[in-house]
Amino acid sequence: MTKFVCVLLWLMSGASGIALASGADIRLSPAPVNRLDEESLQRGARNFVNYCLSCHTAKYMRYNRLTDLGLTPDQIEANLMFASDKIGDTMTVAMTKADGTAWFGAAPPDLSVESRIRGRDWLYNYLLGFYRDGKSASGWNNIVFPNVGMPHVLWELSGVNKLVETEYEDHEKATAGAIAVKGLSAIEPLPGGKYAVLQVAPDVPGTMSRVQYETFVADLVNYMDYMAEPVRNKRIHLGIVVLLFLSVLFFFAYWMKREYWKDLH
Amino acid sequence: MSKLLTWIDERFPLTELWNSQWGKYVAPKNFNFWYYFGSLAAFVLVLQIVTGIWLTMNYKPDATKAFESVEYIMRDVEWGWLIRYMHSTGASMFFIVVYLHMFRGLMYGSYRKPRELTWIFGCLIYLALMAEAFFGYLLPWGQMSYWGAQVIVNLFSAIPVIGEDLAVWIRGDYTVSDITLNRFFAFHVIALPLVLVGLVAAHLMALHETGSNNPDGVEIKKQPKDPVTGLPLDGIYSHPYYTVKDIVGVIVFLVVFSIVVFFLPEMGGYFIEANNFIPADPLKTPEHIAPVWYFTPYYAMLRAVPSFMGTQVWGVIIMGVSVMIFFAMPWLDRGAVKSIRYRGGLYKAWLAAFVVAFLILGYLGVVPVTVWGQFREAFPFYGADKATVVARVLTVVYFLFFLLMPWYTARDKTKPVPARVVWK
Repeated sequence: MTKFVCVLLWLMSGASGIALASGADIRLSPAPVNRLDEESLQRGARNFVNYCLSCHTAKYMRYNRLTDLGLTPDQIEANLMFASDKIGDTMTVAMTKADGTAWFGAAPPDLSVESRIRGRDWLYNYLLGFYRDGKSASGWNNIVFPNVGMPHVLWELSGVNKLVETEYEDHEKATAGAIAVKGLSAIEPLPGGKYAVLQVAPDVPGTMSRVQYETFVADLVNYMDYMAEPVRNKRIHLGIVVLLFLSVLFFFAYWMKREYWKDLH
Repeated sequence: MSKLLTWIDERFPLTELWNSQWGKYVAPKNFNFWYYFGSLAAFVLVLQIVTGIWLTMNYKPDATKAFESVEYIMRDVEWGWLIRYMHSTGASMFFIVVYLHMFRGLMYGSYRKPRELTWIFGCLIYLALMAEAFFGYLLPWGQMSYWGAQVIVNLFSAIPVIGEDLAVWIRGDYTVSDITLNRFFAFHVIALPLVLVGLVAAHLMALHETGSNNPDGVEIKKQPKDPVTGLPLDGIYSHPYYTVKDIVGVIVFLVVFSIVVFFLPEMGGYFIEANNFIPADPLKTPEHIAPVWYFTPYYAMLRAVPSFMGTQVWGVIIMGVSVMIFFAMPWLDRGAVKSIRYRGGLYKAWLAAFVVAFLILGYLGVVPVTVWGQFREAFPFYGADKATVVARVLTVVYFLFFLLMPWYTARDKTKPVPARVVWK
């Protein structure tokens, strides 16, 4: 019987080894976020209400929930509430869906749970992936989200980036080229079996240095990741307590079982 | 206390029920690891019902409010997040436990005479559970909820002549809509739970009538009685022995369950899908619609079957038969022994092939058919998706496990079954 299960497990591991070989074309760099960094989360909340919360809503997120981040209700009211006056309100904006559709081609999505849809790495790279593109309606384009309707709202901070395309003869060389970028890049097949590696490069400097802007985005993403599931830190903390309790309970239950089963021969 | 019990027993067979169903139920003493999953399935059922009741207190079955009410539960309801994660994790864990419980039945021949009805009630539970999970999955009203339901209900429209009308009748509308959500809610919170609880009771009563099978497939009821205890030689009372043993099982299960609930509630997108955080949008079809993992083996079979004579109905039929064929197991198996311990290589090989086919089909049902690319020139099936061809082969393996069973179980070289169970 044990042998049979072993063979099964072996066969299963072989089957899963055939996993998909076609890698994603867009190479995201990991978002440098820390869910326990309260200061980063507070800065991220500030960035969010200042820059995102004029077009985007977070209609499931209440302002007073921000006390999770070590802020007092007075601090929240004084520094973070521009769109609302009641601290129990959710983060909504004056712009209607119809306005959004008329202005951007698609209404800006609600961002309450955006991080659970896209993931934090996607968000981080998306906000670093904008470049100038004269051909698009907004004048901007994005490596992570090609032809996105959203303009690069943060361009004054980041400066203006341009798209740099490097051509490689085959996929292997292109992959090496993409790794050498050490940041966001994308590999795009070209006609004739060649490949291009796309990356953004600074053109006109903004008010922030590159590192400052990356920190700004990381804080923002850290906050959005929190906002998508405000209970996460509490959940993980409670989980540890529950597991400790269960291990103690297991010890006693196992002991009880042993004691009873001693009678059987 | 005992006076009260006597008072009750004179009016209602409480002690008698307890003794016949558990207290004095005699079970073989050699249950191994695989025998935990029956009591665990019952435990998860209770867990789902209790968490479900509490979710219902704040959930709104209304197309304009459902998604919002789930986020409300996650954020504003005290402990709502925990109840919701327990329910969403419980759904997947229910299937894991039930699949392992069914696999136990296949290994030790628990479906065979005299336990055919226990097996049939079990198959009905499996069907009801699939329906329960399907209806429940629409309720969060996310994109995957919506389009998953759309795809599954559309399967019925593949049935010739009546299909289209049938699909409209199920939905109550021309697309999945608020009306569909309302009726699915009704099915999920009352109709199917009632059916499930009734079937579980029948499953247990049938089991306690015939007595449990065991890893050796030895019928303990046919053994001589122990002169001291009056029980079969390898029989022990369920209570307290299996009570205390199953408590250990429940605690170990809770450890695994808690790891998911507290640290991996989405389980990498398998228990809660990322796309389901986008509210349902009837105008925007997601690029890749995959059902939740526990349905994917059947979904892979559905996709693998080509359309024939101008209709897609064959895939639907194959999918239906692949679930229903479990009912026939007691009559397909002609082996001289029940347990895999005394079977020959033929049965072991077929069971292994079946399990591998089921698992790979499950994987293929998650991913797009283009996952392994296409066959190149110079190969047979030139241009076909490799994954589709593999899924077709595995669908055949899945069915051959059942269809050839009368033949290979009868021919298998079995070992003699001992008179006593192997223990320790």
